[in-house]
Amino acid sequence: MSDFFTEAVLIATVAGAIRLAVPLLLAALGETFGQRSGVLNLGVDGIMLLGAFSGYYTVLKTGNVWYGLLAGIGIGVILGLASSLISVTLLAEQGISGIGVYLFGLGMSDLLFQRLVGTPVPISKFPKIDIPGLSDIPWLGGMFFSHSVVVYLAFLAVPAAMFVINRTTFGMNIRAVGENPEAADSLGVSVSRVRWATVTIGGTFAGAAGAALAIDLGIFQQNLTNAQGFIAIALVYFGAWRPLGVMAGALLYGFVNSLVLQFKTLGIIPQSWSDIAAMAPAIITILALVIVARRFRAPSALTKPFTRGT
Amino acid sequence: MADVPMLEMKGITKRFPGVLANDKVDFDLFAGEVHTLLGENGAGKSTLMKILYGLYQADEGEILLNGTPTLITSPTAAIEHNIGMIHQHFMLVETLTVAENVALGLPSSRGALTDLDAVSEKIVQLGSQYGLEIDPEATVWQLAVGQKQRVEIIKALYREAQLLILDEPTAVLTPQEVDQLFDTLHQMTADGRGLIFISHKLHEVLALSDRITVLRQGRVTGYTTTEGATRSSLASMMVGREVKLAPDKPDVETGSAALEISGLSVIGDRGNVVIDGIDLTVNEGEILGIAGVSGNGQRELAETIAGLRQAESGSITIAGTDVTNQRPVDVRAAGLAYVPEGRMKDGIIGLFTVAENLLLIDHNSKEFLDAGLLNFEAIRTHSQDLVDEFAVKTPSLDTPVRSLSGGNIQKLILARELSGTPTVLVASQPTRGVDIGAAEYIHKRLVQQRSEDTAILMISEDLDEVFGLSDRVAVMYEGEIMGIVDPKKATREQVGLMMAGVSQEQALA
Ligand SMILES: Nc1ncnc2c1ncn2[C@@H]1O[C@H](COP(=O)(O)OP(=O)(O)OP(=O)(O)O)[C@@H](O)[C@H]1O
Ligand SMILES: [Mg+2]
Repeated sequence: MSDFFTEAVLIATVAGAIRLAVPLLLAALGETFGQRSGVLNLGVDGIMLLGAFSGYYTVLKTGNVWYGLLAGIGIGVILGLASSLISVTLLAEQGISGIGVYLFGLGMSDLLFQRLVGTPVPISKFPKIDIPGLSDIPWLGGMFFSHSVVVYLAFLAVPAAMFVINRTTFGMNIRAVGENPEAADSLGVSVSRVRWATVTIGGTFAGAAGAALAIDLGIFQQNLTNAQGFIAIALVYFGAWRPLGVMAGALLYGFVNSLVLQFKTLGIIPQSWSDIAAMAPAIITILALVIVARRFRAPSALTKPFTRGT
Repeated sequence: MADVPMLEMKGITKRFPGVLANDKVDFDLFAGEVHTLLGENGAGKSTLMKILYGLYQADEGEILLNGTPTLITSPTAAIEHNIGMIHQHFMLVETLTVAENVALGLPSSRGALTDLDAVSEKIVQLGSQYGLEIDPEATVWQLAVGQKQRVEIIKALYREAQLLILDEPTAVLTPQEVDQLFDTLHQMTADGRGLIFISHKLHEVLALSDRITVLRQGRVTGYTTTEGATRSSLASMMVGREVKLAPDKPDVETGSAALEISGLSVIGDRGNVVIDGIDLTVNEGEILGIAGVSGNGQRELAETIAGLRQAESGSITIAGTDVTNQRPVDVRAAGLAYVPEGRMKDGIIGLFTVAENLLLIDHNSKEFLDAGLLNFEAIRTHSQDLVDEFAVKTPSLDTPVRSLSGGNIQKLILARELSGTPTVLVASQPTRGVDIGAAEYIHKRLVQQRSEDTAILMISEDLDEVFGLSDRVAVMYEGEIMGIVDPKKATREQVGLMMAGVSQEQALA
């Protein structure tokens, strides 16, 4: 255990926590928009997987990580639009249609991988950027200021999301539509337009999250996300539909994961336990969820498709 | 009045599954006038107005605005044509602030960013201009019903509607608030706006309107100018028979105390004291009326009795059983029936059917269970009996309650609550928004329940109702009971003074 309390290991643990939190944070922030407007998209994980594959494949072919990230975002937009069509315009049951998107993404990403790549070849990863001045601070510099651009962007997306939700007319429309779509509709707010936008934002973030994950690991394999998309959905609840809360949840999850990894590396947890340890983050998240769920109320119209009378 | 009406609706027909809601209805409106739509619950008034506001599409017929045939396919289109609507049930986003609710759907002066400060400023200004004071920063769910209605009216004023539909806007207002509203509305007609008014309160209709059109079962069955019309002539036009406007009340021997409240204090949603150490007793076979302007603790009192809100101190007993801070189900088991004030939100589950809503409080009773599963046959028989007995107008037992008219929803709740034999009935605003025929019926049922020895606590803002039904009247002001008076001896003015916070001694002096 004393191995753990060394500068190098502690810095690596915290830095790892932040890194691991990023895909979840991105996916959950995007999902927050959808849920605040009343749409639960269970397809996040599928979109992440396809985003991950397209990001991986693009980097493999072009060698450019930024093209890879853009490819993931592009796929996210397309699948976000498709999800909007299904749940907003076609009024599908949201608890089921998202699972369809998930299964599609899971199967399709693997199929494409087998067909186009076959054996995994590592790709280049995001370069690390040391923030001048800040990254030299002892301890903290290594923990917080020596990451890839994607990490910084993901955390900057948190205040951006807060701003959009709380300070813009678009955000106000999102909150109104998620709470009382009838009232919003009666004032001329297009419920479907708002929901198309938020679900597409959600898809875009999920695609980006997937690409960020693949390029961060420098590899792709079947079911690369390992259900992180579902954890992201849980984090939205955990975060009480607020970007800051979502970030706290993503960090908690990243931290527990990072800790488990370090403990395994250091042999503090025997290898044979590793499967059980891998469940810890999920269990902790669920526990936290139970506590939070008592105190905050979900958007009233969450999961309810809207149509005006006839 | 201009020659061309600002609105003409011609031959409007609208069918819903199993209901002909509007049947070749003609209706018109001139600038500067108030044209009232009168009709019993379910007559089709709201449907006609929702067609005008673009929420529903007519199956047949056409709409002319200033003489031009116009298609109104959505509320957006209606707003663009300067049509505003105050809906019968609140159309407010409860988690948003007043200013946000007003700003919703409007372009912002700051582009993509909200301009709530500017909106708030204008709200305050409109508020003082029209006597509709409200805190623009308050979150809507914390507001009392009367305040919510102000927000609705401000929403329409803010959009400068030329044609304003008011679907029972006074149903939730106090007499003083109604007077204020009417001042506002008079200002609006003087500006050349046209108003369509819907209300079940005949004296309001007579006071406000220029012309009156009566709907019955979707058809226009009567038309009159206000001059020469009286309350009873309107009532019989509406119902198609003579109507008793005040119930007969037999003498009933009151029994022992059924509901006892002592030293009750309750903290409200905003953390302030909303009920401040009150004592009340209601005896068997007695109706205790609670008069007061809404927002003085009545809602919280009803909710606390029903176990829906925590009491800070004090006690509530029903027939000797202490039910203070017990679960709602236990309070009901002790003998309480409860008719809540927010009937759409607290009284029913809108998406559930008539039969399911009638079962809500009894779903665990042996009568309706068969080896732990619901016995649908027993449920249907039971529901059909209640629907018949209480004359609930519904196409079928499987209709979602949400699509019933307001009065029928209220009758449904009453049917459910009185289906047991309650020891105590707490009824909040029992006939708010209910038509004359239904109100007559509900009053009759309350009096009948009193004859069956139920202790009734009736909270109402309608002084006619309070004076007509109560055996004793308690007046509530800022969470306190200002005094209890005998309605046979006290006058409305005295009670009105107490409602405004004047002590009983001074009011009766
Ligand atoms: N969306 C809907 N689906 C099915 N039936 C409906 C719908 N809306 C209204 N109805 C039915 O149409 C009829 C007319 O209802 P409407 O709400 O217009 O009555 P109303 O005159 O406004 O009554 P109230 O005074 O109670 O408000 C009723 O029988 C009602 O059940
Ligand atoms: Mg109506």
